[in-house]
Amino acid sequence: MNTAAIAAPGIANARALQRSLAQAERRRKLRGISLTLPLLVFLLLTFLTPIAVLLKRAIENPEVATALPRTVAALQAWDRRDVPPDGAFAALAADLGALPDRADAGNLARRLNSEVSGARSLVMNAYKALPLEGAGSAADAKARLLDADPRWNEPKFWQAIAKNGARWTPDYLLASVDLRRDAAGNVERMAPDQRAFGRILVRTFGISAAVTLWCLLLGYPLAYWLSTLSARRANVLMILVLVPFWTSILVRVAAWIVLLQSAGLVNRSLMGLGLIEQPLALLFNRTGVIVAMVHILLPFMILPLYSVMKSVPPTYLRAAVSLGSSPLAAFFRVYVPQTYPGIGAGALLVFILSIGYYVTPALLGGPDDQMLSYYVAQYANVTVNWGMACALGAVLLAATLVLYAVYRRIVRAELSLG
Amino acid sequence: MNKSLWATALVVAGFALPAFAQQQITIVNFGGANANAQKKAYYDPFEKATGIKVVPVEYNGEQAKIKAMVETKKVTWDVVEVESPDVARGCDEGLFDKLDYGKIGSKADYVPAAVSECGIGVFVWSTVMAYNGDKLKTAPTTWADFWDTKKFPGKRALRKGARYNLEFALMADGVKPADVYKVLATKEGAERAFKKLTELKPNIQWWEAGAQPPQFLVAGDVVMSTAYNGRIDAANREGKNLKITWTGGIYDLDYWVIPKGTPNKDAAVKFIAFASQPETQAEYAKNIAYGPTNNKALAKLDAKVLAGLPTSPANSKDALQFNIKFWADQGEELEKRFASWAAQ
Repeated sequence: MNTAAIAAPGIANARALQRSLAQAERRRKLRGISLTLPLLVFLLLTFLTPIAVLLKRAIENPEVATALPRTVAALQAWDRRDVPPDGAFAALAADLGALPDRADAGNLARRLNSEVSGARSLVMNAYKALPLEGAGSAADAKARLLDADPRWNEPKFWQAIAKNGARWTPDYLLASVDLRRDAAGNVERMAPDQRAFGRILVRTFGISAAVTLWCLLLGYPLAYWLSTLSARRANVLMILVLVPFWTSILVRVAAWIVLLQSAGLVNRSLMGLGLIEQPLALLFNRTGVIVAMVHILLPFMILPLYSVMKSVPPTYLRAAVSLGSSPLAAFFRVYVPQTYPGIGAGALLVFILSIGYYVTPALLGGPDDQMLSYYVAQYANVTVNWGMACALGAVLLAATLVLYAVYRRIVRAELSLG
Repeated sequence: MNKSLWATALVVAGFALPAFAQQQITIVNFGGANANAQKKAYYDPFEKATGIKVVPVEYNGEQAKIKAMVETKKVTWDVVEVESPDVARGCDEGLFDKLDYGKIGSKADYVPAAVSECGIGVFVWSTVMAYNGDKLKTAPTTWADFWDTKKFPGKRALRKGARYNLEFALMADGVKPADVYKVLATKEGAERAFKKLTELKPNIQWWEAGAQPPQFLVAGDVVMSTAYNGRIDAANREGKNLKITWTGGIYDLDYWVIPKGTPNKDAAVKFIAFASQPETQAEYAKNIAYGPTNNKALAKLDAKVLAGLPTSPANSKDALQFNIKFWADQGEELEKRFASWAAQ
């Protein structure tokens, strides 16, 4: 049998071999996948699903559609300008009467109140005045609703109901960039006193950029110095970089409060040296936020820089100098370009981490130093408007992805240059 | 193998048995001096009286946590201290259980504001003007003084956010306490309040946590500050000389609530009833200068303690009651407007 197969290596046999090879390959791949499967499932559960849920929450708008189906239908034909027809009042009374639980009215009230201030008490007043089904005609229902709260005569509340009749809404996302839909559904800019997030987003990027720049300015020389030291001494000094890195952020923030306050160490020594007369305002403003953030994020700049610098052979610099370049020019034209990947990685890490900063600005900054995450927390925790919190989170996510894409392009360009 | 199995079983049983034997409830408070006073007046005596162990947890008023627990039906908090705007809101949205006053006490015994459908008042506190008696020789007496940077040069500390500050700004602008919320509800009134805040903006240092104002005042960072009166009292118990101006203060209540779906509801109700008695409330007021909600507790307090409470006639004479309904309706818009204002 064996000899026959060898003697006549038929096409069928070659195919069988191929097939069994492919099978073996497939099995190997499957085994490989099954090994990474736990990780994939973990990622799916802890990372991708929450993000998907967050994005869904940012456009979800079930409250009005679920609670007031008849009212939404009755408002379809309404011109959204004057007080709606009596039928809408009757539909509203019927809808509110049909709510299974007070919590449904509460959720409706919260949703409408974030659209028009005052809707919370308006809806709850009407709900508490129930039952209204006893009302015979539509006009009667209207009279009784107005009796419960005369503000039902104001079109703005009805406009909010009509506008939010759909299950999905772009409103939260629009609001996170200071836009809104008017009663007719056209997108327009918010009233000036309600415009905030555009400026906050710019501020978030501004603070992050400043922190990144300071980290680079301080981290680069330090990383360079570390990379020139012997391994033993570098390791000892590296501990000095890492120990603060491993300390809790809150502890470091508290330490900065002690150092920077007006009777703190920094101000006292400056006054003791006679450099200043009055204590400087270093805390609860931009200075404090940036100082503390730079301190906290510095290791994220130093570590990638150091690892890249370690791999740059010092001979290039010597070669450049021996070929007649001045040391400074050699440093900037030969050495620095070789560390671009480290600069890129460090800057990206620091920038992306700073965009999401929350505790440090909350404790060390004033209200005009708060970054976007502060408002995410505010909407999630205090206002309990999770749609808005998710929309702001989505904006942060988008900003991070865009930055990462930009980084990939720059780094690839750099590599192709090298 | 067999031996280690036995050992494991013993250890497990050792942990499990006391848990079965002793019931425990988790009580959530705002931490700080207030939590210490609650431990002395409520938690420890309650443990002694009932044998139910109290596990105190601190939080910062985040209703999101309660909402998440109730929605996922995994409620691990049994009694929670919440701020006034959250009581009605959480009640409407189905986060809290309705209270059975038959098991707690007669409604007539409590100050009217303390009795609410889903919550009962824990104590009356006040946001007031405070200053350091050692550093400021002339006392500021009104909010207009707080705004007067010529007469009292230096920084002032205000709480980060719109709440309280808009009311104070209007009072500084000459609005009578009784009219504050009427004015603030109008478009021009809100405009006026923000304009007045803008006046003071360069001289404001903002605080986030209730422990900060006494620190600022002691360190001399600011000449005056808004503050929770109990925190000032706590600092003075440590030997500081901070003073309070009660005129135009805003008093408010904190409430006990029971998150819907807690497995320890009976014990939670028992605790709330225990903490609403005149004796325990009087003990609490002795430990921190917050006013009792049970009127009968006042008779058990001496004049010295009474004089420091926001509820005493002299202190509440020119004070303003926090308007829960106004902030439940307008809060989100005004806070956003504050963010917009701060960014300018």
